[in-house]
Amino acid sequence: MILHALTFYLFAAIAVAAGFMVISSRNPVHSVLYLILAFFTSAALFVLMAAEFLAMIMLIVYIGAVAVLFLFVVMMLDINFVELRKGFLQYLPIGALIGVILAIELIFIVGTWTFGGDTTLVAATAQPMVIEGGNTEAIGRVLYTDYVYAFQAAGIILLVAMIGAIVLTHRSRPGVKKQNITEQVHRSPTEAVELRDIPPGQGI
Amino acid sequence: MEIGLSHYLTVAALLFTLGVFGIFLNRKNVIIILMAVELMLLAVNINLVAFSVFLQDISGQIFAMFVLTVAAGEAAIGLAILVIYFRNRGSIAVEDISQLKG
Amino acid sequence: MHVAIVFLPLLAAIIAGFGARWLGDRGAQLVTSGTVVTSAVLSVVVFFDVALGGNSAQVHLLNWVSSGGFEISWALRIDTLTAVMLVVVNGVSSLVHIYSIGYMSHDPHKPRFMAYLSLFTFAMLMLVTADNFVQMFFGWEGVGLASYLLIGFWYKKPSANAAAIKAFVVNRVGDFGFMLGILAIFLVFGAMDFDTVFAAAAGQQGQTFSFLGYEVDVMTTITMLLFIGAMGKSAQLGLHTWLPDAMEGPTPVSALIHAATMVTAGVFMVARCSPMFELAPVTLEFITFIGASTALFAATVGLVQNDIKRVIAYSTCSQLGYMFFALGVSAYGAAIFHLFTHAFFKALLFLGSGSVIHGMSDEQDMRKMGGIWKHMKGTYAMMWIGSLALVGVFPFAGYYSKDMILEAAYVAQNGFAQYAFVFGIAAAFMTAFYSGRLIFMTFHGKPRASEEVMSHVHESPKVMLIPLLVLAVGAVAAGFVFYGDFVGDNYDAFWGSALFLAGDNILEAARQVPTWVKLLPLVMGALGLGLSWVFYIWKPRIPKTLAETNSPIYNFLLNKWYFDELYELIFIRPAKWIGYQFWKIGDGKIIDGFGPDGVSGAIAWVAGKARRVQTGYLYHYAFVMLIGVVALLTWYGFQPGGVQ
Repeated sequence: MILHALTFYLFAAIAVAAGFMVISSRNPVHSVLYLILAFFTSAALFVLMAAEFLAMIMLIVYIGAVAVLFLFVVMMLDINFVELRKGFLQYLPIGALIGVILAIELIFIVGTWTFGGDTTLVAATAQPMVIEGGNTEAIGRVLYTDYVYAFQAAGIILLVAMIGAIVLTHRSRPGVKKQNITEQVHRSPTEAVELRDIPPGQGI
Repeated sequence: MEIGLSHYLTVAALLFTLGVFGIFLNRKNVIIILMAVELMLLAVNINLVAFSVFLQDISGQIFAMFVLTVAAGEAAIGLAILVIYFRNRGSIAVEDISQLKG
Repeated sequence: MHVAIVFLPLLAAIIAGFGARWLGDRGAQLVTSGTVVTSAVLSVVVFFDVALGGNSAQVHLLNWVSSGGFEISWALRIDTLTAVMLVVVNGVSSLVHIYSIGYMSHDPHKPRFMAYLSLFTFAMLMLVTADNFVQMFFGWEGVGLASYLLIGFWYKKPSANAAAIKAFVVNRVGDFGFMLGILAIFLVFGAMDFDTVFAAAAGQQGQTFSFLGYEVDVMTTITMLLFIGAMGKSAQLGLHTWLPDAMEGPTPVSALIHAATMVTAGVFMVARCSPMFELAPVTLEFITFIGASTALFAATVGLVQNDIKRVIAYSTCSQLGYMFFALGVSAYGAAIFHLFTHAFFKALLFLGSGSVIHGMSDEQDMRKMGGIWKHMKGTYAMMWIGSLALVGVFPFAGYYSKDMILEAAYVAQNGFAQYAFVFGIAAAFMTAFYSGRLIFMTFHGKPRASEEVMSHVHESPKVMLIPLLVLAVGAVAAGFVFYGDFVGDNYDAFWGSALFLAGDNILEAARQVPTWVKLLPLVMGALGLGLSWVFYIWKPRIPKTLAETNSPIYNFLLNKWYFDELYELIFIRPAKWIGYQFWKIGDGKIIDGFGPDGVSGAIAWVAGKARRVQTGYLYHYAFVMLIGVVALLTWYGFQPGGVQ
């Protein structure tokens, strides 16, 4: 169990440190990279909790897609990050106070609460759920049966997000030739062809 | 020492607080805000999974999956908006975004 | 019949005032003039019946107030005094109505003018036929109102408006005293009608009541307050400033109101209240003093005025002073007699000057007149008759009445009687001088007007000359015809109980004065006329030289003894200052400041501060949200039972 605890503390510390560096780093690219680190360590924490499917999904989706997207955008926007640091310290005292209060409260709550109703803490320790097939099968059994509507809705959300992103950022550039099929198909002889009477031997 | 539920919840709480910090403590650029939101969603995910494991109920993990989905979608849209905003304004410094000033 | 006399002019005023659209100018003039002439004729009938025949009457019209012990009613009291006043008022008013048809023929607002004249006549009639103090006060205020309306008739002229307001306000000061007097009468006597009050008056002689902490004699206080009202209405010294400015109104107005009727209301009131005034010797002395001072003051100012109407206005003021000091020496009959004759010749003078003004294309400055007697022979003759009557030349009317007053002053026992006699003689001299000056400057000498004006000089139409003629008859004959009745042997039979005397009739003693006293006014008159002839016909350079060498005195007189400037300094500026303070600070700063402006300003300030919350910065908003969440958490965290 020592190893378990040690691993936990290691990854937890790195996660918190990475989170702190995300918001306080000077270079936004560094911030993204620290974010990726935070995701990694969280995935590790998930694995420790025997939710390995979710950990992998996090790696693939969060890091592989979202964080990379962040990186793309940060690279694309030509940000002058040198002058962006002022003003940070102005809010530090009151902000830190509020944040510390928040943290203390959350931890306080965490430490002293009792479950309501007839929910009982089934496992006082981290008893991971053991099901055949592991985490993946456990999720699969429930996701496509009990929560199929939510699953479909999630799919639609993603579809809408995709379309929305495209619509928002699409712009027509001048000077780019494109085919307009509809226009081509609807050409009529009157506008396409012009008959000229030319005496033989002469050009137009 | 036994790693109990509260440990995981503490980690999540700290990450959440850091995310909240990130939203209002940064004057630099809007991307940090989006990343802070991702941090907060991550913290929520940890919370959900921890509860799911310790209560032996799988629905927490299902919910965590959906949170993941939505977070991804929201990050995409948010960045798209940011790109357009940058196109129109030329700057993403947070202190320049004050059109709603009363 | 008595009711008809009083109410016909009111009817005419209403018809002409509101029905001008249907009646037209001519209709309005005919209605008003016709009714007032009817009233005048009826007044003459009443005069013969009541005054000469001795049948006084009381006509009860309507119960007005009946509230506990306070009862007054609308009632007409017709005794000799009333009958005399009825003749004066209706007679002069009807002549002025007819005259106005001609004088105001170019004016676009004829119906309004005629309606106002009739309204005034009604108010004056109410005043003289009143049977109780409240009704008299109603008439008193009514004539003040009509005076305001008529002085400011040409309302587009700012000077006319100012003069109307001045007249009303100065009158108001007097009316305040009058009101206090009436209230004191009610306090002391418990009733307002003349019969009750006069009967109980003797019982109050020597009584005192407390006023502002002092024990003062009842009758003296009441009569003093009443006299203050008379001072305002009759333009006595102190409250006289409105009379010359009132010349802004059309000349018929000046003739009617400021010569014959309204200004004599004060004299009438004192005479009517003779039962009370006779019991207050202190007040009588005060009245004598004021009357004599006014007589002299006005005469001195009239010496140097250049506006023809102002000379006559000051002359009126001076003659009113005569009437008042006659009242002061208990010669009530003489005062009313002078009122009677004065109405005729003063109205004649005013209407005559109106004729001159009309003929000189609305020129009123005598320095721009001269040499027109040949063109206006009728007016010239009328003006001479009026002036001779005013000066007191035998056998014109003024000789009888004015001499009577001076003789009464000579024999009176009043403390100020000798003072009044001397001043009266001096004023007689000055009266003659300025009357002659007026005629010589206006009609004689080389024409000083422009060519154009002189080419238009014309005699007035008959509708204006005939009233002059009627008045001239009065100015000539009223003296010797009515001498016996008013002040002579027929006194008791004539007056009856209308005038009260505490002691012996002073007029009997007055008729036994030494001959030099009887002749002195005549001599003064002749001297005055002669001197004015010297100054303005024989050696016309003398006035100018005199004025230049004595310019302080000249300016002092020309500026009316600087009374207006004095009042401006003492009353008007402080009043304006107070009003300004109340306006700017009281109303502006305090009431508006705490009220509308203050509240709106506070709201704007708060809104301005609240606006700052909307910074537009996202992180501010998020921060605030976070604070809210934390606060909520803290709140719930401290609830008993922990966080559920």
